[in-house]
Amino acid sequence: MSSTAKHTTLELHGHHDDHGHHKETFITKYIFSQDHKMIAKQFLVTGIVMAVIGMVLSILFRIQLGWPEKSFPILEAFLGKWAEGGRIKPEFYLALVTIHGTIMVFFVLTTGLSGTFSNLLIPLQLGARDMASPFLNMLSYWLFFISSLIMVGAFFVESGPASAGWTIYPPLSALPTAISGSGLGMTLWLISMVLFIASSLIGSLNYISTVLNMRTKGMDMWKMPLTIWAFFLTAVLGVLSFPVLVAGVVLLIFDRSFGTSFYLSDIVLQGQVLPNEGGSPILFQHLFWFLGHPEVYIIIMPALGITSEVIATNSRKPIFGYHAMVYSLIGIAILSFIVWGHHMFVTGMNPFLGGVFMITTLIIAVPSAVKTFNYLATLWRGNLRFTPAMLFGIGLVSFFISGGLTGVFLGNAALDIPLHDTYFVVAHFHLVMGSAAIFGMLCGVYHWFPKMFGRMMDDKLGYLHFWVTFIGAYLVFFPMHFMGLDGVPRRYYAFTEFAFMKEWLTVNKFISWAAIIAALGQVAFLYNFFHSMFFGKKAVQNPWGSNTMEWTTPVEHLHGNWPGEIPTVYRWPYDYSKPGHHEDFIPQTVPFSETMSSNLPHDFEGNVEAERIQQEWVKTHQAEKV
Amino acid sequence: MAQLNIEETKTNLKAKKFLMWLFLVSSFIYFAGLTSGFIVYTAGSANRGIKTILPEEFMYSTAAIILSSLTMHLAVRAGKGLRFGSQQLFLALTFVLGIVFFVIQWKAWNVLASRGIMFSFNKNASQSFVYVFVWSHLAHILAGLGLIVGAMLGRVRNIAQIRNVFRLEITSIFWHFIDILWIYLYVFLLLNQ
Ligand code: HEM
Ligand SMILES: [Cu+2]
Repeated sequence: MSSTAKHTTLELHGHHDDHGHHKETFITKYIFSQDHKMIAKQFLVTGIVMAVIGMVLSILFRIQLGWPEKSFPILEAFLGKWAEGGRIKPEFYLALVTIHGTIMVFFVLTTGLSGTFSNLLIPLQLGARDMASPFLNMLSYWLFFISSLIMVGAFFVESGPASAGWTIYPPLSALPTAISGSGLGMTLWLISMVLFIASSLIGSLNYISTVLNMRTKGMDMWKMPLTIWAFFLTAVLGVLSFPVLVAGVVLLIFDRSFGTSFYLSDIVLQGQVLPNEGGSPILFQHLFWFLGHPEVYIIIMPALGITSEVIATNSRKPIFGYHAMVYSLIGIAILSFIVWGHHMFVTGMNPFLGGVFMITTLIIAVPSAVKTFNYLATLWRGNLRFTPAMLFGIGLVSFFISGGLTGVFLGNAALDIPLHDTYFVVAHFHLVMGSAAIFGMLCGVYHWFPKMFGRMMDDKLGYLHFWVTFIGAYLVFFPMHFMGLDGVPRRYYAFTEFAFMKEWLTVNKFISWAAIIAALGQVAFLYNFFHSMFFGKKAVQNPWGSNTMEWTTPVEHLHGNWPGEIPTVYRWPYDYSKPGHHEDFIPQTVPFSETMSSNLPHDFEGNVEAERIQQEWVKTHQAEKV
Repeated sequence: MAQLNIEETKTNLKAKKFLMWLFLVSSFIYFAGLTSGFIVYTAGSANRGIKTILPEEFMYSTAAIILSSLTMHLAVRAGKGLRFGSQQLFLALTFVLGIVFFVIQWKAWNVLASRGIMFSFNKNASQSFVYVFVWSHLAHILAGLGLIVGAMLGRVRNIAQIRNVFRLEITSIFWHFIDILWIYLYVFLLLNQ
């Protein structure tokens, strides 16, 4: 027994020693890093690169939609056989929309967003030295990196990338010979997504375990910033929904390559009757959307969390309805599992079942609305500081409202039947998810850039970036509502063949111009981001006068985050402009004994002794005044 | 200082152990997705369903895996009581029982195949589902065998007791899970045969 006890301490001691004099090489510091702050930056830079790729793809198909009859020889120079004669081929058009959707939904807004900010903020805002498992954290990033390479690499194979849409419905995706994009490209898509899911699951497991087990002293769940609540619930959603997509994808792989018929039945392909019988393509839709709907909340919840934090900080006001914010996040998380059928109203679903999904869908609008009202109430009469981060936060609120409203239309089965698969849906989700979540992500980048790189981003370029992107996004997506109401379908290569759609050609041109200008506006961001990384103004420790714990760490990053002991937390994170205090913020690490002039009875959560001390202090203080 | 360090290591190991529980949740959801898929699919038409009696090999394999849970339990007890010889012995036994389970299952699907119940080119995908359940579960068995080897090697390399116990606990949580998972799948299949 004693020998093992000695062994234990020895071992622990050795472990401690190499904390101090850890020899860091370039490779362990920048490449195979296990430090959560570095991994967050890796996720962010990879996410930005993927976002640029996704954006370029969208400009390519916007060129096709805006000028369907015109030839652009430059396209042929870049794309070769995919744009013979300077016009994008129909097969390639489908590949473009598919990969654009996949990259934006999964690689940018799921992992780029959660991977960056969960990694950066969970340990820093909770007071932990690192994640539960730094090694798995590193593994998560590298799986993501490889899956990104494979997804983009699909552009370089002979038959082109996957083309069945980001939802890859079978039978199209299950029959390698159906279209060119169902061949090797589809296989690569599946491989990439399996790695992606593994990465994202590992990440989620780590986030949950860290939040539940590694909070510093005093940080109970109800003192956590809303960012952490959002990341935590997002990770829970991921753990509960991604495995179902794995199940769906595994069956799809068997159908593609091993001759099973889970999804296939009664198919005639190029004049030949296929042997597959008895399968059900609807089964895939159920498995897909059981993930797919939670997935859209996996995307928006971190963005909502980030904006809660940024809006409260820059309004210099406590967040309005902290508990209501948490409960509505929880409500959204639970409800998001019972609404998936609203994507399947037109699959011949039993109308009674459709009615059930309709009701659950409309109920989910309630917590969403609560969050919106709380944002607006926080802003109301705040002492607003319009930093670029704040503008992007307000932008998120705007898009969440304008896109959420159309969700309520689509949630009604009777309205959805004519609107399904039209541009109305495209408008809905690009506003409520695409634009809102991107704005949340940019909001976070501007706000925590000083924490990540120790330097400030340029404000002027930030404002330029905001206004171009904000106006651009509305000009691009708002007109799409009207196209959808007129019945213009999504995912069509050109609208030149049907008389009633021709009149939308001018609108499409307009949208394409708006998209190109908004895309150019991103150059301001990219320049600002990469330039400020090296040449930006040096940041101070707490540039925004913020309450949360990450701003108590030194500007210079260190392994383990805090040089000495981890600070203890005494109060919630939203003590902004508290009456009686000499500053307009009180960090979470400041004990009540140092802020006697501003303490309120409910701060003590029923601690009688503390209340008594406070009352005594107030008495003597008032006596002095007189 | 050393005391503080032990505390930190302990919370850290606790957080890591929790990772395993979370993984089990996600793995269970995967199987819940598959079995729900099976139910939705099978309910779609009267021509679907397993439509055969499960080979009795499945029953023998169930016995093997329940027994292996027992040896796993004994291994953890031995390890915590510092009886390292029996720890290794019981781990080895669990490993062997895992292999036995694997082999019997192999036999079982040969029996299925001999009855003409194939995985591929089957018009009744309910029958293909049986293979998917079994194979997905076997993939977990392989992972479990890997963990057992890890625990045994750790002991051979004489790692600290706190870590030895950690590895044992992780391995046994996972192993009991795949045991229970198999029973779930088996009962599910029995009810649908
Ligand atoms: C106010 C709550 C919301 C309601 C009631 C709602 C309702 C709907 C409905 C009924 C559809 C299906 C339309 C169709 O395909 O015919 C839909 C599509 C979609 N929604 Fe929402 N939604 C809401 C909020 C959101 C949020 C917050 C996001 C993402 C952050 C989102 C993302 C999407 C996406 C991505 C699609 C399209 C998927 C596709 O077909 O490619 N929605 N929504
Ligand atoms: Cu949905």
